[in-house]
Amino acid sequence: MEQILQQMPIVIGALNTGFLQTLKLFFVTLLGALPLGLVIALGSMSRSLVISLFTRTIVWIVRGSPLMIQLLIIYYFPGLVLHTPIWGGGESGRFLAASVAFILNYACYFSEIYRGGIQGIPRGQDEAGLVLGMTPRQIFFHVKLLQMIKAIVPPISNEIMTLVKDTSLSRIIALQEIIWAGQSFLKGSQGISGAIWPLFFTAVYYLVWNGIMTIVLGRVEKRLNYFR
Amino acid sequence: MAILEVEHIQKSFGATRVLDDISFTLEKGKTLSLIGSSGSGKTTLLRCLNFLETPDQGVIRVTGEVLLDMAQPQKQTAALLRKKRLHFGLVFQSFNLFPQYTALENVTLAGSLLARERPDYREHKKDILAELEAQAMDLLTQMGLRDRAERYPHQLSGGQCQRVAIARALALHPDILCFDEPTSALDPELTGEVLRVIRELAERETTMMIVTHEMAFARDVADTVIFMDDGKICEQGDPREVFDHPKEERTRQFLARYRQER
Repeated sequence: MEQILQQMPIVIGALNTGFLQTLKLFFVTLLGALPLGLVIALGSMSRSLVISLFTRTIVWIVRGSPLMIQLLIIYYFPGLVLHTPIWGGGESGRFLAASVAFILNYACYFSEIYRGGIQGIPRGQDEAGLVLGMTPRQIFFHVKLLQMIKAIVPPISNEIMTLVKDTSLSRIIALQEIIWAGQSFLKGSQGISGAIWPLFFTAVYYLVWNGIMTIVLGRVEKRLNYFR
Repeated sequence: MAILEVEHIQKSFGATRVLDDISFTLEKGKTLSLIGSSGSGKTTLLRCLNFLETPDQGVIRVTGEVLLDMAQPQKQTAALLRKKRLHFGLVFQSFNLFPQYTALENVTLAGSLLARERPDYREHKKDILAELEAQAMDLLTQMGLRDRAERYPHQLSGGQCQRVAIARALALHPDILCFDEPTSALDPELTGEVLRVIRELAERETTMMIVTHEMAFARDVADTVIFMDDGKICEQGDPREVFDHPKEERTRQFLARYRQER
């Protein structure tokens, strides 16, 4: 116990640094995947069979295979197989590759949620807008968008909580996020070695962050409760 | 002169002909009731007039202006189509109010969006919107909903929702206001308050087309009745004639079934 207390400042410092990288990946993924998901959703609903079939195939592949494998392929395939390393070296290269993998993966999940949200709005809302002389664009922005957002907030919240934890998968390409930081004290780092507790302790960070997310997303949901 | 002239409208869904050679006229300030069994094409006819469906053949004229002529199909630009639509208003069976807006906002939304196209919009934005709101309040008052203006649709009864929907349609001053079974989603108690409002509109000489299963109401409020059967107009004329002395056997059967149910 005393030993743990001694190690504490060093470990917390390292975990904080790692968690910053975790949060960076978390926010970059949301920033990219939330809009890209809408593009993919529109693609999968496209009237053009080619576009819709193409998008649906991508969504199937991405949702149907493990994110960990996708990370490995996206990071290593260009360099090892095509001999054209596109990600650059070091931590920034790993972060770039991880961001691309996470954005693509989460955009596909988001797209299915968006699709449900768009298709779940009754046809009558469109028709009411049309007979009142609104343009399709006005109907989307002034009538359907908020209803759609209300419908998708709960399932999107779910995905966001999963994303917090999924960022740990980027450990597989040695991104220096919090799991990597916790694990480093097993092999030895900054004079501490053979310590397993820092790795276990990382769970507290995820728990606290997801607690904050629960509160924030709960508020958003509540804000939209004024209509049904 | 007739405000609405409909000639030889034809419409099929796949192999099923839902409208077969529909022709009629409607005078300004008059009320037309459309009756007939479910699936006889009444609703499709209203939807064609509101450009929610496109007929395969036929002509639609409003105050002499040709809105649609399938014999001389012209490319309908979106903007033109929108303008033509505004000749008609439509009140739906299921209200289709916008749930995230208050009763008042439901009434003003379309008008405020249309106002953006006015050249003087930027200059007089405040006045224009204030005027729209005042007009919407008048309409809601007329519907007996003055004290419900700030409520959201889920806080209103079905009858109140439908009256908001009527105010919303009236706000754009349509030449012809269409009702698609406006009381079919309401219980008998709430039906009365909606029918009363429609009756008042008829007294104020609002030009209306009403698809309804409320036979007593159709007979009462209408200046003309059209009985539709299997996509065709089976009989049309003065309501007293059609209801009390139907000429067609099919009309007689239909009305008899309604009287039995009472």
